[in-house]
Amino acid sequence: MTPLLSVQGVTKRYGAHIGCADVSFDLYPGEVMGIVGESGSGKSTLLNCLAGHLAPDAGAVVFDTRAPSSHDGNTQQDRGPRDTVTMSEPERRMLSRTDWAFVHQHARDGLRMGVSAGGNVGERLMAVGARNYGDIREKAVDWLGRVEIDTDRIDDRPTTFSGGMQQRLQIARNLVTGPRLVFMDEPTGGLDVSVQARLLDLLRGLVRDMGLSAIIVTHDLAVVRLLADRLMVMKSGHVVESGLTDRVLDDPQHAYTQLLVSSVLQV
Amino acid sequence: MIDLSNVSKTFTLHNQGSAVIEVLHDVCLRVEPGECVALTGASGAGKSTLMRMIYGNYMAQSGSIVVGGVDLVQAEPREVIRIRREVLGYVSQFLRVVPRVSTLDVVAEPLRMLGQPSRAARARAQELLTGLNIPEPLWALSPTTFSGGEQQRVNIARGFAHPYPAMLLDEPTASLDAANREVVLSLIEQAKARGAAIIGIFHDEAARARVCDRELDVSRFTPARAA
Repeated sequence: MTPLLSVQGVTKRYGAHIGCADVSFDLYPGEVMGIVGESGSGKSTLLNCLAGHLAPDAGAVVFDTRAPSSHDGNTQQDRGPRDTVTMSEPERRMLSRTDWAFVHQHARDGLRMGVSAGGNVGERLMAVGARNYGDIREKAVDWLGRVEIDTDRIDDRPTTFSGGMQQRLQIARNLVTGPRLVFMDEPTGGLDVSVQARLLDLLRGLVRDMGLSAIIVTHDLAVVRLLADRLMVMKSGHVVESGLTDRVLDDPQHAYTQLLVSSVLQV
Repeated sequence: MIDLSNVSKTFTLHNQGSAVIEVLHDVCLRVEPGECVALTGASGAGKSTLMRMIYGNYMAQSGSIVVGGVDLVQAEPREVIRIRREVLGYVSQFLRVVPRVSTLDVVAEPLRMLGQPSRAARARAQELLTGLNIPEPLWALSPTTFSGGEQQRVNIARGFAHPYPAMLLDEPTASLDAANREVVLSLIEQAKARGAAIIGIFHDEAARARVCDRELDVSRFTPARAA
């Protein structure tokens, strides 16, 4: 099987400071990987390098691009594994609208706050060429339902939504185009625990039913326990341990992972 | 079906003076289809540690653990996950519940993960919950608030939803009343009859005598510790 994403030696420096250093891994279709570590460990830098928001200083991020479909502009020779670091900006932008999705910690970074909920979902469809208003509206209604937002809120702006609703709307906006790889940066950060539980349950169901691959950055070990198949632990820009999620959490091998796991307060 | 050779386990506690604790040394065990083996030995002998290594949430330092043709010590995470989904079931002592997910869906989930349609998976879940005497009004609720015995039965229902060729059972009859204990023992007997290879920890001696074909005293593999 070809990996969906093959990350090879990705390094990002901020001057003399290391953002992330020599990170490599393969992510296969349907796999969900968590990246954990304390603030400043380089996990968000790494995620932004993978998603094309930051240019790494070294390394390759090879994505297995899919066969051309009706709504993307790929031609035959664009198929198969491509290094997204060296591809052109328009190509990368197209990828981020079609096969990739990015869920930000703060929903307002991923939403257009001045546009209605339905518009937020529809906009991403229009960006890949959807033009029929009825179809777009129908898909928006379907997706609002899937993320448990009352469809009578479709014409309201996200500014009138609660934090949890905004986050669910951001997820709908991201998933409506049927991406294959979702990047998530602290998707439950800053939400109440009860709202977190609902969101996690929702994400879990969507990931399973759509067969999504995902990379989730978080400092919350409970989130990765629930969502991630495998885990990468980062410290000072380096990957110190990786493996099956429950193996890393139940039987951590590296000193830092042992400290991280034993520092979680038991409820 | 389950084949362990020369499996050893040490824990290194980096944050406690780098203490190295050797827990198990050179474990060999082979379980054939239709056979049930009980792990015995005093508390602390390493029964649960051995079981967790077979499931893959503890790392073996050396040796091989082959289940369904895959060596879980060397396998990539996605291979281990596939084996857990298709081949190796595990009934732990505690149910790890996801808030907001109904009891019915908790039990049906292993089948949904195998791609079974929701309706068929739920029908199987209903059958198991009925058999284990979980009252129907509770099915739509999350098991978070259930009693210990009820959670244990939900956990067992979930563990038996898919006919796994290999199963690990950690105290499956603990905290159950006589009637439910009987239900669980017959589930184990049915699993054996269809050819499942089972490894179990049973403190309930009568249960052990009834379903297990042989015993393995884990303390045989516990290295002598300096007092």
